[in-house]
Amino acid sequence: MKKKHDTPNLDQLESGPWPSFVTGFKRLAEKNEMMSDLLGQLEYSYANKKGYWKGGTVSVMGYGGGVIPRFSEVADKFPASKEFHTLRIMPPPGMHYDTDILRKFCDVWDEHGSGLLALHGQSGDMMFQGCTSEKVQDAFDAINELGFDMGGAGPSVRTSMSCVGAARCEHSCFNEAVAHRTVMNSFTDDLHRPALPYKFKFKFSGCPNDCMNSVQRSDMAVIGTWRDEIQVKPQEVKAFVEKKGRQYVIDNVITRCPTRCMTLKDDDSIDIDNRNCVRCMHCINVMTKALSPGKDRGVTILVGGKRTLKIGDLFGTVIVPFKKLQSAEDYESLVELAETIIDFWAENGLEHERCGEMIERIGLANFLEGVGLDVEPAMVAQPRSNSFVRMDTWEEEADKWRERHAEKEGVM
Amino acid sequence: MQNTVRQAIESGVPDPFPYMHPLMRRNYGQWDWHERPRPGVLHHVSVQGDEIWTVRAGTQRQMDTDTIRKLCHIADEYGDGYVRFTIRSNIEFMLGDGDRVAALIEKLGEEGFPVGGTGNSMSMIAHTQGFLHCDIPATDASGVAKSMMDALHEEFIHEQMPNRVRLSTSCCQINCGGQADISINIQHTKPPKINHDMVANICERPSVVARCPVAAIRPALVNGRPSLEVDEKKCICCGACYPPCPPMQINDPEHSKLAIWVGGKNSNARSKPSMQKLVAAGLPNNPPRWPEATAVVKNILQCYKDDAMEWERLGEWIDRIGWERFFAMTDLPFTRFHIDNWSGARYTLNHSTHIRF
Repeated sequence: MKKKHDTPNLDQLESGPWPSFVTGFKRLAEKNEMMSDLLGQLEYSYANKKGYWKGGTVSVMGYGGGVIPRFSEVADKFPASKEFHTLRIMPPPGMHYDTDILRKFCDVWDEHGSGLLALHGQSGDMMFQGCTSEKVQDAFDAINELGFDMGGAGPSVRTSMSCVGAARCEHSCFNEAVAHRTVMNSFTDDLHRPALPYKFKFKFSGCPNDCMNSVQRSDMAVIGTWRDEIQVKPQEVKAFVEKKGRQYVIDNVITRCPTRCMTLKDDDSIDIDNRNCVRCMHCINVMTKALSPGKDRGVTILVGGKRTLKIGDLFGTVIVPFKKLQSAEDYESLVELAETIIDFWAENGLEHERCGEMIERIGLANFLEGVGLDVEPAMVAQPRSNSFVRMDTWEEEADKWRERHAEKEGVM
Repeated sequence: MQNTVRQAIESGVPDPFPYMHPLMRRNYGQWDWHERPRPGVLHHVSVQGDEIWTVRAGTQRQMDTDTIRKLCHIADEYGDGYVRFTIRSNIEFMLGDGDRVAALIEKLGEEGFPVGGTGNSMSMIAHTQGFLHCDIPATDASGVAKSMMDALHEEFIHEQMPNRVRLSTSCCQINCGGQADISINIQHTKPPKINHDMVANICERPSVVARCPVAAIRPALVNGRPSLEVDEKKCICCGACYPPCPPMQINDPEHSKLAIWVGGKNSNARSKPSMQKLVAAGLPNNPPRWPEATAVVKNILQCYKDDAMEWERLGEWIDRIGWERFFAMTDLPFTRFHIDNWSGARYTLNHSTHIRF
């Protein structure tokens, strides 16, 4: 096909050592008009420093969300990319693919779309970018036939992400892929048919390194941890000290422990005060062969993380300090907790208010009461430091704590 | 013939196990330890003694089908036919045979995919859609990422940083790119320009009023038509009103600037997770290569690389050396805008005599 638009700005993004998206776009532009005009519009944006897309309503039969509609505001200049919608498709947890399925996606997309695929969007979806309104249904049908389903968009449960986890990481503290699928596939209705106050995101990280950034980027973060002692291979500790030297171990392991719970002994063994270990992962990250998370593994659950708009950045905060995730009942109760939280938020959240913003507005204690969780010291960095609180039910509340502790001791 | 519409199979999140490298399937949950034999390569060993090698390479994220087919071909010829992607759009090839790693790396090099992004390197920039596909962008995303990765390519293919470095870019203040060690974000500096003729037809006015974080928007009658007006003294130019009401144009080719934020960290390793902090702003939005913003990022990275201790993330390094020294070392101006005035701001002030001189 003859080149339709000059792209002097974009041409400059073809040089340099990093793979160039522009080169790929140009390859597609040789084959299809849509990408040729898309390149033209992108160049136009570069020249004028303005975006030229507007949203709209496009979806597939039976679903409300999952398609990101884009209509060009400069379609008179670039008619073939006048409609350039994206289909968000959920990848398998951990984003594993064999080459066969990837080739099938390519075939579908060359037939029904622009041939441009983003792996992956910030939402964690495969982004099939560049589809006309007319072709959206056919494209989705073909992808759906391959066993893949639409992701979330709009005020709905959104596509989730989990780390590689147990598939290839020794730090994995729970079955991330199974937790991810079990939770998400309990919410397909809330995912496909947006009807919540705003978006709700789950993310699953196998250990406190939180490679999915669940603490800042999800409304409900499920992060692996453990309760017992760090596993130590004494021979490997000795080998590490011998290889790296005592100074390295002192400077990079012992003194970097945030609770100073480690010591290097005269015989080059390591002593860990596990009661004061906060499971930060640092020593395990450094000594990958000698140290590993304990055996009594599970998850910590934090709720309410999100970026700036509207009230400012929020971290997720702890609402469940530890939960086992092993038996079918454990997974059921995880799903139940998620349902309870979403129901409570759907009932009490304002329009366009994220779960964390609602918690900020009503207070964590009220939220916990609403979803039926008991307060625990692990949920705070410190107790309150101001006296502006009415406490005439102090004895009642203190009794709750005493009762829970009597029960715990009874069991033990 | 009557066409019947196909009903979607609401299958949800697919099962990952059929797409997983067989060694990952067999040793699922059984991995024992790992090492990094060279930048871009991971070597994992399971309790059974099985071994798997992973080669990580950078991609352009927005890929044409030919690029994906090329990666598939590489995976079939030089790997075992299985790949996965990381959260930062790197592709990973898994191999059961460590002897094949070198040939795979060579092939990736030939085809222009840089191998790296592991350990204490700078990984690919998490980025957004920008001009390519977003309805509210003030700048591009793929182009910014490409320009900066070109400039910082050496830091991707080597492990020479004190600890891992994560970057992100965002084309509006919603910041879809997310928190990172260094985050390059659009910061608008002028209130929205309102097309009053359009507001009544397009915008649901009460919900636009409700979106404003500082209650600067109110309904108004302009030229006899229902519209909205902005108290420009109150307006913080965040752009929150623009997505629900496109006639409130916030993007400005001249006055939408780039700002640089540092010290975001999600990992719990050593210190608790932290939010990114503003260090520079007012940088021109200058396609196609954004040289001014790239220079600031490069300078900050160089100071960090020269001065931080091993394993110290960028924010942890600043916590140790102090903000006085950070601004001195990077030669960035410290202004009144660096002092937070949003809710919670008092906890960001220095309430001690801990000062470095």
